[in-house]
Amino acid sequence: MNVYLPGSLSELWSRQEECGMAQFFAGGTDLFVKLRASAQYPRALIGLEAVRELRSIEEREGAIFVGAGASHTRLLSHPLIQAHFPLLAKALRVLGSPPVRNMGTIGGNICTASPAGDALPPLYALGAEVELRRRDRSRRLPIHEFILGPGKTALAENELLYGVWLKKDDSPALFHFEKVGPRKALAIAIASFAALINSTDAGIVKKARFAWGSVGPVVVTSREAEESLVGFPLTRESLQRIVPIVDKIVSPIDDVRASASYRRALAGNLVLRLAEYGPREMGGKGEGLTRT
Amino acid sequence: MKIRFTLNGEAREMETDERRRVIDLLREDLTMTGTKEGCGTGECGACTILVNSESRLACLMVAPQLDGAEVMTIEGLARNGELHPLQKAFIEYGAIQCGFCTPGMVMASLDLLTRNPSPTEAEIREGISGNLCRCTGYQKIVEAVSAAASARKLGGRP
Repeated sequence: MNVYLPGSLSELWSRQEECGMAQFFAGGTDLFVKLRASAQYPRALIGLEAVRELRSIEEREGAIFVGAGASHTRLLSHPLIQAHFPLLAKALRVLGSPPVRNMGTIGGNICTASPAGDALPPLYALGAEVELRRRDRSRRLPIHEFILGPGKTALAENELLYGVWLKKDDSPALFHFEKVGPRKALAIAIASFAALINSTDAGIVKKARFAWGSVGPVVVTSREAEESLVGFPLTRESLQRIVPIVDKIVSPIDDVRASASYRRALAGNLVLRLAEYGPREMGGKGEGLTRT
Repeated sequence: MKIRFTLNGEAREMETDERRRVIDLLREDLTMTGTKEGCGTGECGACTILVNSESRLACLMVAPQLDGAEVMTIEGLARNGELHPLQKAFIEYGAIQCGFCTPGMVMASLDLLTRNPSPTEAEIREGISGNLCRCTGYQKIVEAVSAAASARKLGGRP
């Protein structure tokens, strides 16, 4: 196995052409574990870490572009992410551990395509798009069209995940992310839930975006669940309406971490947590519009 | 392939296999056994080293990734035979029992204190959250890191 760490995109494409069947890698936190366990090494590995362009986080075309090779630590500390996508930051804060966040990248989390990938529910809720590149072509896909199943993506041969595009939305929204695992650090989510909610001054929901992790082969979203909350206040009672919908849309598995039925119950119960942000007189904190 | 890097302040140049993990390169090729290998899958933190002043896991890196980098391992902390204040604090506060997790704990703590010289207890706990210890139960480690941070404010090294 040859390992290359090209310093620029053009060098990266040349290396790829030269190697034929090469595999890209970013942080390596998932890949090196997998390679060692299977003892099947590709002929060549091309690392992205030395390509500056792939680490950039910047405003472009009125949106925020995040290079696939940007580490979780960099995203967490970046003012653009803190200002516009605190939901994503909240999820990254509980991803792995400090050294894993220093090494792991957003592109790696997406391409690993694990149903438990911590960055994924926020990216779905935020309507992220991924940009895929080959030497001669670039295309964009919504993230839900990119991730096809556990470990499966729409990456074509010789294609690279170049970066992620996130639309800025300056209307104040409540955001919530919760991950359930056996411990805080280094736990793989048993279930996770991301929510973005816009409401009126009176606390009536205008728009909701939900995404659940670890309760299906890919991140689960539901237009029906989101729309069923519109026009209602964030109370336990109105959130209860979503629980039967969640029950219908999730397809969790039994594994060493939890049973399918526990995951199913969690997916519904995590939604009820949103009542904490609802009107004070109905048991909430009355801080529905405050970013917490 | 040939790689060049700085290890604990000293320039190194060595011939290595590209598939060689950094943990093996350190422990076996360079016989620097201070860095430990626990799980080998990035979950225990025993192999934590600093690469370009950022904590990384030596079990999840391959040799070419060190080319051109500045690497610090636990062996690089003591100077002129004198232990680093963090190491002294670990001893003073009884933060070491079997010692296996200690090098990784110290490197993770050093990374934390470099970025955040006055961490709260919660920040210390988060800083070492990637490092497992099965002896002391963390409390003494947290106290040691906290004491080292306070000592630094009084003018000591990080």
